[in-house]
Amino acid sequence: MLKAFRADLHIHTCLSPCGELEMSPLSIARTASEKSIDILGVCDHNSVENVPALREAAKPFKIDVLAGIEVASEEEVHVLGLFDSLEAAFELQAVVYDHLPGENDEEAFGLQVVVNSEGEVLRINKKLLIGASTLTLERVVELIHSLDGLAIASHIDREGFSLIGQLGFVPENISIDALEVSPRTPFEEAQRKFNFGFPLTASSDAHRLEEIGQATTSFLLQAGTVAEIKLALQKERGRKILN
Amino acid sequence: MKLKDIIEALGLKVLTAADRLDVEASGGYTSDLLSDVMANSREKNIWITLQTHQNIVAVAKLKDLAAVILVNSRTPEAETMKKAEEEKIPLLGTADPAFIISGKVYNLLGQKE
Repeated sequence: MLKAFRADLHIHTCLSPCGELEMSPLSIARTASEKSIDILGVCDHNSVENVPALREAAKPFKIDVLAGIEVASEEEVHVLGLFDSLEAAFELQAVVYDHLPGENDEEAFGLQVVVNSEGEVLRINKKLLIGASTLTLERVVELIHSLDGLAIASHIDREGFSLIGQLGFVPENISIDALEVSPRTPFEEAQRKFNFGFPLTASSDAHRLEEIGQATTSFLLQAGTVAEIKLALQKERGRKILN
Repeated sequence: MKLKDIIEALGLKVLTAADRLDVEASGGYTSDLLSDVMANSREKNIWITLQTHQNIVAVAKLKDLAAVILVNSRTPEAETMKKAEEEKIPLLGTADPAFIISGKVYNLLGQKE
């Protein structure tokens, strides 16, 4: 049976250097639950390492956690990769790590904390997660699709680190699945402004607890999965974006 | 100043559209945000950037720029080269970083802006 799912497909955790330390799995899951969110895309910068803890922590709240990553391409375009399979997400992470130069400077960029579902520190990630990979945008999208993921261009209404800001417009022949609008642009305005023939999603890009759910997309789906969201974006088999 | 004379003076490497160098450059614009270049560059400007994505060709065509200088010895992607050849946009290479090459171009053309 199809039903409505409210999704925030783009949030960060304490693993992102720019993410607040309060972004621990339990706090995120509790806050998302308070805001009636059914699906969370956990998309730290260039890393998947806190997804397992989030999946664990979100179980009691009946929230579906999609395994996500926000990859920075060579052009400094941010792209979300969302997966049902944790293994697929880690496979993409391995490629990204191989193409991600530099080491994090905690004083300059912030701590990158890998935690368990209780929020206990497992390790500190030393990669320069805030940096850009040496993978081209096209390659990032190809990789995501080859692993059955969903590729969404992040916050296209922002100037920096967005597909539109960095590259001016959506490149020809790119098979991006959707364009994401941040909370700063009202959705109706975004639909007029970013009418490029791609589905639009709205998400919070939350780096702090209070930002979770500031923008969401509701889908008509059978289950809270990437596979179902793909169908909704293509308006197939009754699945669709509600608002 | 003609593009071909700037190329000669600065030792730039002509990567594409070698038959489109006999054009008067109107000045320069240095930026890596293509949206910014679309908003602020002017006709027949020489655009200095490190971006090598194929969209640079479309932006250069849209804004009728004289040429694009790719800094830090960056090699454009194959698709970018192909498009630049098709669209007759000169892509020029230099080992200099953006600051240095911008200064050199400014010294040749700065008085025009």
